[in-house]
Amino acid sequence: MLIFEHTHPGTRNRAQQPAAVADTQLADIPANQLRQQPAALPAVSELQVIRHYTRLSQQNFAIDSHFYPLGSCTMKYNPRGANRAAMQPGFLSRHPYAPTASHAQGLLACLYELQQILKAATGMCGVSLTPMAGAQGELAGMAMIRAYHLARGDSQRCEVLVPDAAHGTNPATAVMCGYRVRDIPTDRNGDVDIAALQQVVGPQTAAIMLTNPSTLGVFERNIEPIAAIVHAAGGLLYYDGANLNAILGKAQPARMGFDVVHLNLHKTFSTPHGGGGPGAGPVLVNERLEPFLPVPLVIQESDGYRWVEAPERPQSIGRLSTFMGNVGILLRAWAYARMLGREGLPRVADYATLNANYLAARLRQAGFDLAYPDRRATHEFIITLRHEQKQYGVSAMDYAKRLLDYGHHAPTTYFPLLVPECLLIEPTETESRATLDRFVEALIAIRDEGRSNPDILHTAPHTLPVRRLDEVRAAREPDLRWRSGSG
Amino acid sequence: MPFIPHAADDVAAMLDTIGVASIEALFDEIPAPLQQCDLSAIEPGEPEMVVSRLAAERAAADGVPICFVGAGAYDHHIPAAVWDLVTRGEFYSAYTPYQAEASQGTLQLIYEFQSMIAALTALDVANASLYDGASALAEAVLMALRGNRSNRSRQVLLPRTLHPAYRATVATIVTPQQVELETIDYQRDSGTLDVAALAPYEANPPAALVVPQPNFFGQLEAVDQLTDWAHRHGVLLIAVVNPIALALLKPPGEWGEKGADIACGEGQPLGIPLASGGPYLGFISCREALLRQLPGRLVGRTVDRDGKPGFTLTLQAREQHIRRSRATSNICTNQGLLAAAATIYMALLGSDGLTAVARACHANRNALLTALTEIAQVEAPFSGAGFHEAVIRIGQPADQIIRSLAAQNLIGGYPLANDYPELGEDALLICATESRSAADISRYRDNLQRILERRGPACTRLRPADGL
Repeated sequence: MLIFEHTHPGTRNRAQQPAAVADTQLADIPANQLRQQPAALPAVSELQVIRHYTRLSQQNFAIDSHFYPLGSCTMKYNPRGANRAAMQPGFLSRHPYAPTASHAQGLLACLYELQQILKAATGMCGVSLTPMAGAQGELAGMAMIRAYHLARGDSQRCEVLVPDAAHGTNPATAVMCGYRVRDIPTDRNGDVDIAALQQVVGPQTAAIMLTNPSTLGVFERNIEPIAAIVHAAGGLLYYDGANLNAILGKAQPARMGFDVVHLNLHKTFSTPHGGGGPGAGPVLVNERLEPFLPVPLVIQESDGYRWVEAPERPQSIGRLSTFMGNVGILLRAWAYARMLGREGLPRVADYATLNANYLAARLRQAGFDLAYPDRRATHEFIITLRHEQKQYGVSAMDYAKRLLDYGHHAPTTYFPLLVPECLLIEPTETESRATLDRFVEALIAIRDEGRSNPDILHTAPHTLPVRRLDEVRAAREPDLRWRSGSG
Repeated sequence: MPFIPHAADDVAAMLDTIGVASIEALFDEIPAPLQQCDLSAIEPGEPEMVVSRLAAERAAADGVPICFVGAGAYDHHIPAAVWDLVTRGEFYSAYTPYQAEASQGTLQLIYEFQSMIAALTALDVANASLYDGASALAEAVLMALRGNRSNRSRQVLLPRTLHPAYRATVATIVTPQQVELETIDYQRDSGTLDVAALAPYEANPPAALVVPQPNFFGQLEAVDQLTDWAHRHGVLLIAVVNPIALALLKPPGEWGEKGADIACGEGQPLGIPLASGGPYLGFISCREALLRQLPGRLVGRTVDRDGKPGFTLTLQAREQHIRRSRATSNICTNQGLLAAAATIYMALLGSDGLTAVARACHANRNALLTALTEIAQVEAPFSGAGFHEAVIRIGQPADQIIRSLAAQNLIGGYPLANDYPELGEDALLICATESRSAADISRYRDNLQRILERRGPACTRLRPADGL
C-alpha cells in the first residue's frame, strides 16, 4: 500500500505546522503567481508515517541485516561511530556560507586531515574532495585530463581507451567529456591485451581508464608496461578507485603510474550506500594535473584553515556542486579513517583479500568453476555457472534469486560482461569466517536443488515480500508515479 | 582490529584452506616494486570514544549560530521522525536496489518520491534523484539539448538571476560537450529577467531557456511570459524551483500556456540538514515526451509472477551500466538516502503543512525586510514580490559587517559584491525561514543597527560599479 493510499482528507500533523499566517501577509504576491490547486501529497498522521516507512524498511536487505557480497560494491559494515561523528549538531546545522574563520575551523580540520589521509593512501600529491559520487569523480578526472591536453595546445587527442571489463560509467564519462571510446580487449588470463593496446594507442590517445584490481577480480599484472606505453604516446592514466579496498595501504596508484585517481568513499572508506547514494568520489592527482583540480579545496595557513575557490585557481576545471560536495559523507570517511589509523588501513586489504581467497578456495573445492582458476583472487572473484546453465538450464540469475531465500543478498550478476553466467563475489573484510561458510553451504544446497528440481530456482524467490517481477511490463507500460484516482 | 572479526584460529584455518603460509603471500601477483605504501603521515588509529570526542569538540567549536543566510540552502525545521527513520540500518546500509525482490522498501519509497516531486512540480514524471540542485540543472541542460526537436542549437540561455554557483557548475559539466552558455542580464529596478532582453535570440533560437523561481535574489520572475516566449520560438523551458516555495507559488507545469518542459532544483529544504552543503538532493521532473531523455534511476510499478504489485528499476536502457558510451548520463549512484528523507518529510507535512511552512517563510522574510529597512542606512534596491530572501544595501562593505555579526553568533547573509559588483560592495542577500522567531529578527536588527552606528556615518554610500 502506498503512503498516498493511507490518506484521510482533513488529517493534519499539527505538531509539524508553524503558526498560521494571515492571508493579508501574502498580499504582495500577485495572484497569477500563486498555486491554485494544492499538490497531491499524502494527508496522514505522524504515527501512520512512522509505521509505513518502518514497514518499508523491513522489506529491504541491507548490510545491517544480511550478508551482502555484491561484487565491486564493497558492502562492508558502516560503523555507527562514523555516523554519529557526522551527525554532531554543530556539523549538521552549519550553513555552507557561514564564515569560515569563525564558524568552520572544526569542520575544515576534519576535511584537511581527510585530504592528507587520502593522499598518503594513494601516493598522489593533490586532492579535491568535492565530487559527489564515483561517476562525478570520473567526470572530474577526465575533465582534468582534457584541460591538461588543451592547456598544452595538444588538441588532437580525441580518444579514450577503456578495457572491455570496465564499469559502464567509464565509457559514459569519457563521452560526457567529449571523447570517443575505444575498447581494449582482455587476454585469456584477465590482463589487458598488450598487443591490442599497442595497436590502438597513438597521438590521438588522451588517456586510458583502468580499474586495478580489475573488475575480473584479478590484479592487472601488466600495469607497468601499460603505463609506459600510454605515457610514451603522450596519453595519461586514469585510475578508477572502485576496487581500492583490495590494495588499501599495500600498493599505491601513484607508483603504478596513474596520473589521476578517483576514490569511492562509500566503498573503501565505509560510508553508507543509503539505498543508492549519497556517495563521495574525491579525485587525487600528480603534479601535472594539480592546477586543474575542481574547486573548492581546503588549505591550512598560519591562522587556520580556509577554502580555496576559483579565482585563486585559474586553471581549475571549476565547480561540480552548489557548495562543497557531500560534506557529511566526507566526515564519516574521516571518522572511519581515524579509527583505523595507519596500522588499520592495510589490514582492510589484508582481510578483504583473505576472505575472498578463502571463499574462492572453498567454492572451488566444492566443485564450482572459478572464471580465472590460475589467478590469485583479490578482494573479489568470479565464479561462472555456464556448466550448470548448459546441463541443467539453471542461470546465474536463478542462483541470485534463490540466494535471497537463503538469507544472503546476491552477488553481482552478469557483470563483467566478458564472463558468461557469472557471479562476482566480494565478501569484504568485515565478514566472519562463519558467515562465509554459511554462504558456501547455501550455494552448494542451491546447486543440488538446481540439479534435482530446477523449477525451485526458476521460480525463486519464494520467501520475500514479492516474487520475481515482470520487468518487461515495467518498461513497456511505464507506471512511474501515483496519481489521485489511480489504483 | 576495528571492524574485522577474525580470531587467530580463523586466520590459520583460512590460510590452510587456501594453501598459503601467510596473508602476505596472497599479494604475490602484485609486482614487487609496487608493493610499497608509506602511511607514516597518517596518525595511529583511535577507539570510537576518542574519535567521537574529537568530532564533538570540533563540531561544538563551529557553534550553532542563528542563520539569516539562504542562497541555495535553507534552515528549515526538520521533524524528529525524519532522521530517526532514515538512519534505520535497513535504509542506511542497503545499496542500489538491483535485486528488486530484496529491495521493495527502497523501491517503493523512491516510487513515492517520484510521485511527490511530479505532483509538486505539476509535471508528468520525476526520476529517483540527482546529486544536488546545481548538478541537476547541468543534467537538465544536457537533457534539453537531446530533447529539443524544434532546433539543433547548442546554445542555452542562463539568466544572471540564477544562483552563481549553479551557473559555474553547469559550465564545468556541460562545456566539454560543445554547449554554448549565454548569460542574460537582469533589470536593475526589479532584480528580474526582462522578456524584452530575449529579443536578440529570436532570429536563432537557443535550445533552452533556464528560469529560476524564486530567483537568486528572492525575486519572482515573470514565469508565464518567459515560458510563452520560449515556446513561441521552439525553445525548451527549464524551471529551477524551490520545493517549499512550490506549495505557495504556481508550479512549473502550469507556467504560461503550456507549462515548463523540465523542472529541477535543490531538495535540501525537504528535511535535509544544512550540513555545510551536502549531502543534498537534486530533483528533476519533465513532461512525458522527454521521459527517455531523463538521466539516472527510475522506479516503476509492475506485478510479480503471481500478479501481486511490486516495484523495480526500469527503463534502464537509458543508463550507463547497459548502454555504456551511449547512455544519457554517466550517473550511477544518486542520493537515495536523501530522497528517503525528503519523501518522509513531505509525507509528514502533507500539502497543508508544506503550505503553512511556505506562508510562514514568506511572512518572516517580509518581517525581516521591514525590520532591517527601519535602520536609516539600510534600503532594499529591488521592487516587486519575493519569497524567502531579499537583497538589501547596508551602506558599509557587506563582508566586513558579516564578520562583525558572526562575532555575535549571527550569520547575517550572503555578500553579493563578488558575483554582482554592480549592486555595490554593501549589497547583502538575506533570508528568513519559518524557523526564525520574532526575537531572532529583533536580535539581528538590533545588532546590525549597533554595528552600523558604531562604524559611524563617515563611510559614504558606495557607488555601484558600472556595467556588469
